[in-house]
Amino acid sequence: MEIMFAIVALAIIIFSVLTVTTRKILRAATYLLFTLFATAAIYFMMDYEFLGGVQIAVYAGGIVVLFVFSILLTSKPGENSEKLASRRRGAGLIAAVATAAVAGWALVSRCCSFLGAKPEMEFYTMKQLGTDMLSTSRGGYMLPFEAISVLLLACIIGGVVVARRR
Amino acid sequence: MEIKLLYFLIPSLIMFCCGVYGFLTRKNMIAILISLELMLNSVDINFVVFNRYLYPQAQEGMFFTLFAIAIAAAETALAIAIIINLYRATKNVDVCDANKLKG
Repeated sequence: MEIMFAIVALAIIIFSVLTVTTRKILRAATYLLFTLFATAAIYFMMDYEFLGGVQIAVYAGGIVVLFVFSILLTSKPGENSEKLASRRRGAGLIAAVATAAVAGWALVSRCCSFLGAKPEMEFYTMKQLGTDMLSTSRGGYMLPFEAISVLLLACIIGGVVVARRR
Repeated sequence: MEIKLLYFLIPSLIMFCCGVYGFLTRKNMIAILISLELMLNSVDINFVVFNRYLYPQAQEGMFFTLFAIAIAAAETALAIAIIINLYRATKNVDVCDANKLKG
């Protein structure tokens, strides 16, 4: 279990660093794919199987394919992608390091309540998930469900209108 | 040795900082979108891990992550539609060159 966590954490760190520092954009999309697989592995380790499945299906299988399509539509990959990242590199590095420093200090100074062991979780069945998603009582998520369906409709209509051929 | 909550937050923090660096540094618009996806994923990991360790009987973190994944997918699709429209008009996806509002 510790070895699995070490491998997944190393994969996340290495691939996310490679995603933002590579010069070729198609490689960045591939490294993003590996990062998303490692994230799904974390979801599976946390006993959220449905969420891991959704992550793989939607993110790794939908969004990355969308990225690859758009990359191949808007550039010739490999040809003129030499200077992909040269826009104020110093300021970006300072911002990223400052974020890491502030958040890291906040983590470390409050670490006393974050060092417990993993508690037991009863198995969360799909039937319970469906009941929770569609219920209107206290633990239900009917309102976000309907709101997100309206959002997806708006996104579909907007996408078709924006990318329409004149 | 069991894995504590803090150990999960460190790769998530590094992923978020890589997303910030990529968002501020990259020239290609699609690379900026990829960095945005990194940031969103790191936040999702945080939600899930906090839910599992601190409130194992409640499912709010998982549902929030579920909806966040759906919203991120919708937003990415629309952003790519806009980028493709911009590419059709100017044959260029550099952020530095998109500084004219009309024409």
